[in-house]
Amino acid sequence: MINDFGLIVRTTRKGFTLSLAAILLFPSMLKAQTADELIQQVKAKLDKVNDYQANGKMKTNVVFIKAPIANVKVYYKKPNRLRINNESGISFIPKGSVNINLNNIFINTEGFDIIDVGKEDKTNFRIIKLLPKDENAEVVLSTLYIDEKLSLIRKAKTTTKENGTYELEMTYGKYAAYGLADKINFSFNTKDYKLPKGITFDYDDGSKKEENPDKLKNKKGKVEITYSDYIINKGVPDSVFK
Amino acid sequence: MWKLLKIELFKIFKRPRTYIAFGAIAAVVFLIQIALKYDGKSYVDLLLNNLSGSFEFSDEFKGKLLNGYMICFVILNTLLIQMPLLVALIAGDSIAGEANMGTLRLSLTKPISRTEYMLVKFGASVIYTFALLVWMAILALFGSMIIFGTNDLVVLRSEGIEQMKHFDVLWRYFAAFGYAAVALTTVSALAFLLSVFAENSIGPIIATMSIVIVFTILSEMNIPIYDQTIKPYLFTSHMVAWKGFFYVQADAEGTTINGSIENLPAVLRSLGILIIYIGVFFSTAVWVFRKKDILT
Repeated sequence: MINDFGLIVRTTRKGFTLSLAAILLFPSMLKAQTADELIQQVKAKLDKVNDYQANGKMKTNVVFIKAPIANVKVYYKKPNRLRINNESGISFIPKGSVNINLNNIFINTEGFDIIDVGKEDKTNFRIIKLLPKDENAEVVLSTLYIDEKLSLIRKAKTTTKENGTYELEMTYGKYAAYGLADKINFSFNTKDYKLPKGITFDYDDGSKKEENPDKLKNKKGKVEITYSDYIINKGVPDSVFK
Repeated sequence: MWKLLKIELFKIFKRPRTYIAFGAIAAVVFLIQIALKYDGKSYVDLLLNNLSGSFEFSDEFKGKLLNGYMICFVILNTLLIQMPLLVALIAGDSIAGEANMGTLRLSLTKPISRTEYMLVKFGASVIYTFALLVWMAILALFGSMIIFGTNDLVVLRSEGIEQMKHFDVLWRYFAAFGYAAVALTTVSALAFLLSVFAENSIGPIIATMSIVIVFTILSEMNIPIYDQTIKPYLFTSHMVAWKGFFYVQADAEGTTINGSIENLPAVLRSLGILIIYIGVFFSTAVWVFRKKDILT
């Protein structure tokens, strides 16, 4: 009887300990798995696209550039080849524009530590940070804001060693099934711009310019591309990227 | 008067030295075009050096950038500073040349007033100036369009970049050439005025060039004491306002507004100032000439 009672007590205590351990550990195990799974789901969606070409309108917003809206063609081919081409005019293409292709982030998922940061308050997007394992990698940190329901990256921040931080914001529509955005906002760091007046011989119209020495220095530039259509997985010749 | 004008034009275009200016313009334009055709990328690299940290510049981009419209802008930027000399060659010779040859008194024996005579002389100098600009437009604009093709125009300013769509450029050149005609007529009027005081043409030509050089240096120097006091009143400060046609307006997001000019009132003000200068120089020349005792 005492033995039976002892057994019951021991069993109950063991069960309680296991339950407690499960309660304490399970959510964190679940969370880690989900972040990884989520990344795999997003990657699987993006992997459906081997190549594409898309028509779009590109708007450049840099403090020292006045540029018209350009009709551009964007070409992509796996693994990380991207070209923005203005066939009827001139467009200033920012450095790091290859990052508008989200596949670029996942070229080597093995090379990253995945950190789940939780959810963004306003949007409820899952925030996941990718830290490269290679200390010499150009990318220092990528932060992804993922729409869990649709397995789509809505926002991405990539910090690089040489070229500052790139930010991407995506709006999805018809091509969401392929993880391809209808509209992309790409922000990048711009360096200061100035040419000697002895070269430009500017016309001074006498109007007072805004006196702000930082105006032209280290500001964020923005490029907005609104896609009108995509041609997906129909092949893109290599000659386009030369 | 029309007959007299034709005679004056005949005299101008009969002289071989008149064609020195046309030859000089052709030489400069061709030299710039050849240099940029074969080594334009080095020039573009120099200009874009400041931006290479932020933007990617492929060879295709550089090729597109170096189109006929941009080449013409480079040529105008270089040549319009030198052109006053070529204009002064004829205008400075107008009256002083006649005095030097001893034909001035003879010319005035014709049954026309001195004012009409001055109008004809100045008119001929202005037509010569216009002819020089048309020649330059043919070579620099249309020649470059044929050699380099056309594309969007990118104008690099000291603190910013202006980009215009290819279809929004040609009218700006016509406006700029029109403005340049007025600007060079100002120099012509100055040389014409100085010509009235001299007995040989070298003096007015050198004096005109000296004034233009000194004023241009003052206009281009960025010294605050001159910026507010002297600079706004120098005609050389307003001669470069043709560039105002290539400075465009943009919306809040930096998107160029097609067909716009950044500060049209300023360009028109500059144009007005130049016209006032022309009026003052020419009327002073007429006034002096009417009172002058013509001895040669």
